[in-house]
This record gives sequence, C-alpha cells and structure tokens, in this order.
Amino acid sequence: MAFLKLLRQSPLSARIGLAIIFINIAAAIFAPIITPYTETEIVGDVWIPISSDHLLGTDHLGRDLLTRLLYGARNTIAIAFVTTMLSFFVGSICGFFAATLGGWTDMALSRFIDILMAFPTLIFALMVLSVTGASIPALIVVIALLDSTRVYRLSRAVAMDIEVMEFVEAARLRGEKIWWLMRHEILPNAMPPLVAEFGLRFCFVFLFIAALSFLGLGIQPPLADWGGMVRENGGAITFGIFTALYPAGAIAFLTVGVNLIVDWFLHIASGLKD
Amino acid sequence: MESLTRMMAKRIGFGLLTLVVISLLIFLGVELLPGDVAEAILGQSALPETVEAFRRELKLNLPPHIRYFTWLGDFFQGDFGTSLANKRPVINLIGWRLANTLFLAISAAIMAVPIAILLGILAALYRNSLFDRFISMATLSTISFPEFFVAYILIALLSVQLIIFPSISNINEQMSFWQKIHAIILPCLTLTLVVVAHMMRQTRAAIINIMASPFIEMARLKGIKRARIIVLHAFPNALSPVINVIAINLAYLVVGVVIVEVVFVYPGLGQLLVDSVAKRDIPVVQASGLIFAFIYISLNLLADVLSILTNPRLRNPK
Repeated sequence: MAFLKLLRQSPLSARIGLAIIFINIAAAIFAPIITPYTETEIVGDVWIPISSDHLLGTDHLGRDLLTRLLYGARNTIAIAFVTTMLSFFVGSICGFFAATLGGWTDMALSRFIDILMAFPTLIFALMVLSVTGASIPALIVVIALLDSTRVYRLSRAVAMDIEVMEFVEAARLRGEKIWWLMRHEILPNAMPPLVAEFGLRFCFVFLFIAALSFLGLGIQPPLADWGGMVRENGGAITFGIFTALYPAGAIAFLTVGVNLIVDWFLHIASGLKD
Repeated sequence: MESLTRMMAKRIGFGLLTLVVISLLIFLGVELLPGDVAEAILGQSALPETVEAFRRELKLNLPPHIRYFTWLGDFFQGDFGTSLANKRPVINLIGWRLANTLFLAISAAIMAVPIAILLGILAALYRNSLFDRFISMATLSTISFPEFFVAYILIALLSVQLIIFPSISNINEQMSFWQKIHAIILPCLTLTLVVVAHMMRQTRAAIINIMASPFIEMARLKGIKRARIIVLHAFPNALSPVINVIAINLAYLVVGVVIVEVVFVYPGLGQLLVDSVAKRDIPVVQASGLIFAFIYISLNLLADVLSILTNPRLRNPK
C-alpha cells in the first residue's frame, strides 16, 4: 500500500521511467511467448526489410531481429543484474568491514581501492579478459569486482556515519560479534542510499557489458545481446540499413528509464519537497 | 609555501605508487592464471615440447620477480617485447597508433572544451530559462547514451543520408593535415558530444555555486552588468573546479576513444588493444594497457596539481 501511495505522488518523469523498466522486464520474461521464432533460428533471407512476418526485418544471417532483440533483453538484463548483485555483495561487505573494524584493515583496504579506482575500468577489464578469455562467468566476476570498488566507497562512508551511533556502541558493549553488528545494526540503516546507488551501478554495469559485447569481448555469439547485435549489424549502416540502431536505441532507452527512477529516488532521499 | 610543495609531493608520490601497483597487477594478472599462459594460449591439445618452447620464448622459466623487473626495465628503455601474433616488435605496432589516438583525443578536446565552457556559462547566465532546460535535457540524454549509439546516429545522419563525412576514418601518413581532419571529423564529433555534456554541467554548477557568494552580491549591488559579473568576477573563481573537470575529461577522452576507434575503424591504440585482447596477444595487451594507464594517471595527477595551484585556500591549509 505504501508503494501505491508513493506511486500516486510520483512525478511524470518517474512514471515514464517505471513504464520503461516494466516494458523491458516484460519483454525479457515473455520473449518465448511473444515471438514465434527462437533466438538463433535462421528464418529467411538476409536483410529482409520490415514486414508483417518480421516486424523489424532480419539481420545479416537471416535471423528475426525482433526475436533477437527480445532474447537480447533477457541475456543482457539478467547478466547485468547478477553482476550488480555480486558487486554489491562484495563491495558492501568490504565497506562495512572497513568501517566497523577501522584501523589497519580500513587503511589497507581503502588505499588499495584508491589505487584500483585510479585506473580506467574499461582498460582494466580488457586486460583481465585477455588473460581469462571471454566467457560469461569471467565477465560477471571481472565487472563485479571492478564495480565493487565504487560500492565499497559508498558503503564505507555510510557505515562510518552509522558506526558512531549509540545503538552500535551499545551492541558492541553487549559483546556482539562483528557479523552481527554488520547484519543487524549497520545494514538496515544503510539501505536507502545503497538502493539508490543500485540503480546507478546497474546502469553503469549494463552499459559496460554492452560496450564489451560491442567490442566482441563480452557475451559471445550466437547468444543474442544488445551490444553484440550493434556490432553484428553495425557494418551494414553504410549501405543504408539502419538495423544497428534498434539494439543501440534499446540500450539508451533502458538507461534513460533507470536514470529517471534514480533521480526520483535521490529526490525523495534528499527530503526536498516541491 | 612549504606545505604546498609537500602536498604536491605527496600527490605525485601517490600517482607513482599507483603506477607501480598497476604495473604489478598487469604483470600478476598473467601470473595468476591457472596453469600458465603458454598452456592457456596453445590449448590443451598442444604437445609438451611446443608448450615448453613457447614458455621459454615468454621467459616463463625464470622466477616471477626477476621477470617483473626485466619487463619493467625493458619497458622504460622502450623495448616492449615482440608480439605473439605477428612476431613484430611491439614498439613498431604501438608507435604510430599512439600518435593517432592522441591526435584524435586532442582534436576532440580542442573542439569540446571551448563549447562546454561557453554553454556552461550561458546556462548559468540564463538559469532556469527554456535554453537552460533544453541544454540540461540534451546533456542528460547524451550521458545515458552509449558512445556507439551516438556514433551510429551520426553515421546514419551525416555519412549515409547526407553524404558529407566518411563513416570509416582511415588515415595514413601520406594524407595532408586537412585530409586527416576531414577523415576524423565524425569520431571527433562523437567524442565531443559525449564529453561536452559532462564538462558543461560541471561548469554550470561551479558558476552557479560561486554566484551565491557575497562578493558577487556586492558586485551586483554596485550595478555591474550580469554578463560582466559572470565573466570577470565569477569565472576566475570557478576556474579551479573547471580546470579539474577538463583534465578529468581529457583523461576520459584518451580511454573513451577505444569504443569510438572500433566503430570508425580508426587505426589507434584502442583498436590495437581490443584486437590483441581477442587474439590474446599478451605482450601487446600489457604494453598498451600500461601506456593507457600512464596517460590516464598522469592526466588525473595534473588535474589535482592544477586544482591545488589554482585554489588559494588549499595553498595555506590550517
């Protein structure tokens, strides 16, 4: 009920954002029902223009583009979501640890993460993938670890503020262990800023995976994903076939949607009323 | 003044430390692989003798710390090793590509910086007007769009519909300066659109921030014109954050070129890095990664040093 009330008060931009996310999730879940074709099925000639059989036409191998786009939503969003979850899991545990333990642990972890953050993530990911080879598990772990540095910063800062509160002090004096402190005292109070950050991080991870797939080092064909589809269709653009713009547009569409929601969340969290 | 030099020394020291740790990570990354690189690259079906020969070629038979220092020492002497893919010295592959990448990044910066500052000042001057709203909307959307989306839209419009600029930016040494500029105009425009948004928002925020201070109020009460206040009173004080933003964005440009180079098939270092990662040509990847790291970290260092120098308050910390 509280959610519905919040929704009724939401500005137009937030509703547009919600609608965009809803459309994307629905497309991802119901992909096999919406489309009669399968992800890698070759359904006809190459580059068939838009028709009633193929609503967006076909690609360079004669696969249905709408089908690829829907399954692409599935793969891209699912992998980005898992990666962001992992990144938050690692980042926030390390951040809370550093804040509650303080001292040397905090010092060493923070300096190390400062150094990692001083290095461009794309180059770093490329270097690691050159060693591990491009596979989905490698992709998820590499991006999650790189991204967890940002989560670490935020959760450490938030936990630092909570850590000095009386109730944490009380729990400490009761003799609670560090895991209990993190789980029952710090985590519930650190939730709101972390949730808003989740949206931002998801956008970043999502764009990052799309970029890597576009470079041919992310999700590998024949699996459909949006970055890879831009790569596959990109060459044809010079012949006046603009199919690369569909997946690229889909990426931009979802990013704008998530950003609109994040803006709204930040607005609520900042407590401004207007 | 002594504290200022100490602050700079500390910052530069941290930059150097970062570089050392990054070089260690780049080196160790290859080391931590299960099995070793030779096996990973040649595959499981390779004969033991082949793996052994390849291992010797990569100098994997020496202990790690010795290999790290020889690698780093060679790197500083300009010897980047030989490529595994085509057996050519890495320095030959990297040399002119690095020049091309810098050429593209610098051209984009020359285009982007004045536009961003001008738009930022105008947006601050006409705050909350229709112009300001339009600019904020436009910049917000270019921030959420991936680079390749912007790039393909530009290709579709300017190279396919109106045939003005080439969609493939192939440049070589025989071309004159203006031919090169014509060839790189689309990637340049893409990069500009991506960075202008960010720089402009920061400039706008910095100027609006300064506009709230008492000395601006004073100038306004004296009856000085609004444009004059912004250009002569507010802008010099906003210089520190603006310089910082410019340097950070230049660092971003050097790295952001990777994707744009691939879209426009531009012969730069980013393209080489991506190709080498796909081919798992480790020496080339290590060398180009270290060069990217070096440029990125130096530009960020420059940003910090400049913002210390341009901010009088930081010169005398309490």
